[in-house]
Amino acid sequence: MTAPIPEGRDGARTAAPVRPRWRAQAPVLAVVAAGGAAGACARYAAALWWPTRTGGFPWTTFCVNVAGCAVIGAFMVLVTEVWTAHRLARPFFATGVLGGFTTFSTYAVDGRQLFAADQARTALAYLAATPLAALTAVWAAAWATRRLLKGAPTGTGGTDPRGAEPS
Amino acid sequence: MNWLLVAAGAMVGAPLRYLTDRAVRSRYDTDFPWGTLAVNVVGSLVLGLLTGAALAGATGSRLQLLLGTGLCGALTTYSTFSYETLRLAETGARPRAVVNVVVSVAAGVGAAFAGVTLADALWA
Repeated sequence: MTAPIPEGRDGARTAAPVRPRWRAQAPVLAVVAAGGAAGACARYAAALWWPTRTGGFPWTTFCVNVAGCAVIGAFMVLVTEVWTAHRLARPFFATGVLGGFTTFSTYAVDGRQLFAADQARTALAYLAATPLAALTAVWAAAWATRRLLKGAPTGTGGTDPRGAEPS
Repeated sequence: MNWLLVAAGAMVGAPLRYLTDRAVRSRYDTDFPWGTLAVNVVGSLVLGLLTGAALAGATGSRLQLLLGTGLCGALTTYSTFSYETLRLAETGARPRAVVNVVVSVAAGVGAAFAGVTLADALWA
């Protein structure tokens, strides 16, 4: 799926920049994998601690997904608008940990299973409530983070925050 | 052991999601999150298949933890889906943000139904 472009004629031109890019990708893939494992284990722990009754509203997956959306909303404002984050911070935490913690497949299959258990109303409520709560969470967390940090960069001496490199 | 299975599956699923997103972004010059949509739909289909196989008694709990909780759970994401939808809305592409939500939910749930039905046909 990420193989070099099949046209052989300009292979020499395309192959050269591809290799160093892949070498640069190795640490990113490693932190995404490590973060993903940590996030998935946290989700598994939540499922063990708060098991969902068959045919009931899947509160655990609902809360995991909404919480993950709230955290990504705050985190992305911090790393794109406030901090000069390490280049691996976003792949590790956003793509890895939060991506591994939240899940779309369990949401979709749980919705299907509720229909199969003749719980159509619960299924529809769950399938509608999750995206509504998730989008509200990501928006509210991003808004609250921006609001809390408003004025913070100019309050530290009026320097352009983008010019400040991490020490 | 169970934790290791979940972690091992996730260590494949999360990088696969990242690589899919990169591959889509490098080929198509669009801000619509096709990569996340693709992994969410494929992951829902595979988890549907696994769930159907488990219901038919064709798989054990270990395979469910490795491929279901670990691989499919980490391959798919709700946080990136929500964040990308918010970005579309914030950058003035509200109709596309709505389309992303509707298509993701409809295609994901449809894929889950298709996966379980396919598993029924294969193993029941």
